[in-house]
Amino acid sequence: MIVYGVAVLAACLIAGMIVGDALGALLGVESNVGGVGFAMLLLILLTDRLRRAGQFPQHSADGVLFWSAMYIPIVVAMASIQNVVAAVGAGPVALLAGVLATVLSWGLVPVLSRIGGAEPPLPPISEEAEV
Amino acid sequence: MELVSDVLIKNGLLFAFVVVGAVMWLSYYVSHHLTRGRLHGSAVAIIMGLVLAWLGGLFTGGTKGLSDIPLFAGLAIMGGSMLRDFAIVSTAYGVDLQEIRRSGMVGVLSLLLGIVLSFVVGAAVALMFGYNDSVSMTTLGAGAATYIVGPVTGSALGASSEIVALSVAAGLVKSVLVMIGTPFIAPYIRLNNPKAAMAYGGLMGTTSGVAGGLAATDKRLVPYGAMTATFYTGLGCLLGPSVMYLMIRTVMGG
Repeated sequence: MIVYGVAVLAACLIAGMIVGDALGALLGVESNVGGVGFAMLLLILLTDRLRRAGQFPQHSADGVLFWSAMYIPIVVAMASIQNVVAAVGAGPVALLAGVLATVLSWGLVPVLSRIGGAEPPLPPISEEAEV
Repeated sequence: MELVSDVLIKNGLLFAFVVVGAVMWLSYYVSHHLTRGRLHGSAVAIIMGLVLAWLGGLFTGGTKGLSDIPLFAGLAIMGGSMLRDFAIVSTAYGVDLQEIRRSGMVGVLSLLLGIVLSFVVGAAVALMFGYNDSVSMTTLGAGAATYIVGPVTGSALGASSEIVALSVAAGLVKSVLVMIGTPFIAPYIRLNNPKAAMAYGGLMGTTSGVAGGLAATDKRLVPYGAMTATFYTGLGCLLGPSVMYLMIRTVMGG
C-alpha cells in the first residue's frame, strides 16, 4: 500500500528530528543538528533492507516517490514565503556580508570537490524525466 | 465573492496547490518559449516564487512573503519547514550510500571551511563599516553563515538589536542569492556531480538556499547537498559564540 511508503518516510523524518534535537541539546545549542541528514541516512538504510527482504514493493515506493516529485513545487512555495523584502532592502553592510560570503564560498566548490579526485558529471537527463 | 474567498481561506493548503501548480505551468511555458529551455523551468519557478514573496512583503509589510496575505496563507504550510524537510528526505530514496561514504570527508571539510569563511568575511565587513568590537563582528559573521546562526550567536553574546537585525539581513541576502544564483554559477564551479553537491551544501549551509538552488540546477543533486547543509546551522550555532568569538576576540586583541 502507498501509505506504507509515506509512513516509513514520515517515521524516518521524525526519528531524524529527534536525533538532531537531542544532539543539539547535548552540544548545548538551541538548534537541530543534522536532523534531516540522519533522516535521509535512515531512509536509505531502511528501505534498502526492506527491499532486499521483499517487504518494500513498488506501491510502497510510490508513497516515497510522490513526495520526491513534489519537491520542486514545495520549494517554489518555500520561495514564495521568504522575507525577500528584507533581503532586497538590506543596507550596504548586510548586502556586502551576504554577497561576499556567498561568492567566496562558490569559489571553494571546485577546490573542495577535487580532493580525492574529481568525479565525472552526472549523465544528462531530459526535462520530462526530471519533473 | 466573499463566499469564494472564505472557501479559499478555509482550504488554504488546497488553494496553495492550485497557486503553485499555476506558477509551475507558467514557469515551464516561459522556460520553453521565452528562454528556449536555456533557463530551466524549475529555476524560473523559484525566481517567480521569490518575486511573489517580494510583492507579498511590499503589500503587507510582513516577513513571510506572500503567505502574509490571508488568501495565500496555505503557502506557508506547503512551503513550511515540515513539508520541505519531508520532501527533501524523500529525494534520498534510492541514493547509493557508497556515494555518500566516498564523499563524506569532503562534506565534513566543506562544513568547517564554509562556517569559518562566512564568519571571517562577515567580521571583516563589519570592521570595514566601523563595527570594531568583537561581539558585533562575530554576530555579523554568524549572519553571513545563515540567518538563524546570526540571531542565535548574537543573543548568546549579547549583541545590540541593530547588529542582530543586520546579521539576519545578511543571512537572507545569502539565502536568496544562493537560490537564484546556483543554476547560473553551477557550470563554472563544476557543480554537476554528487561529490560537488556535498561540498556545495557544506560550504553554503543555508538549507532553503541549497534546497532551492539545487532544485533549479539538477534535482538529482538535492539529497547530497541537503545532507551536508543540514549540519551547517547547528554547527554554526555551536561554533559561533564559542570558537569563532574567541578567535575574533584574539585577533582584535580583546
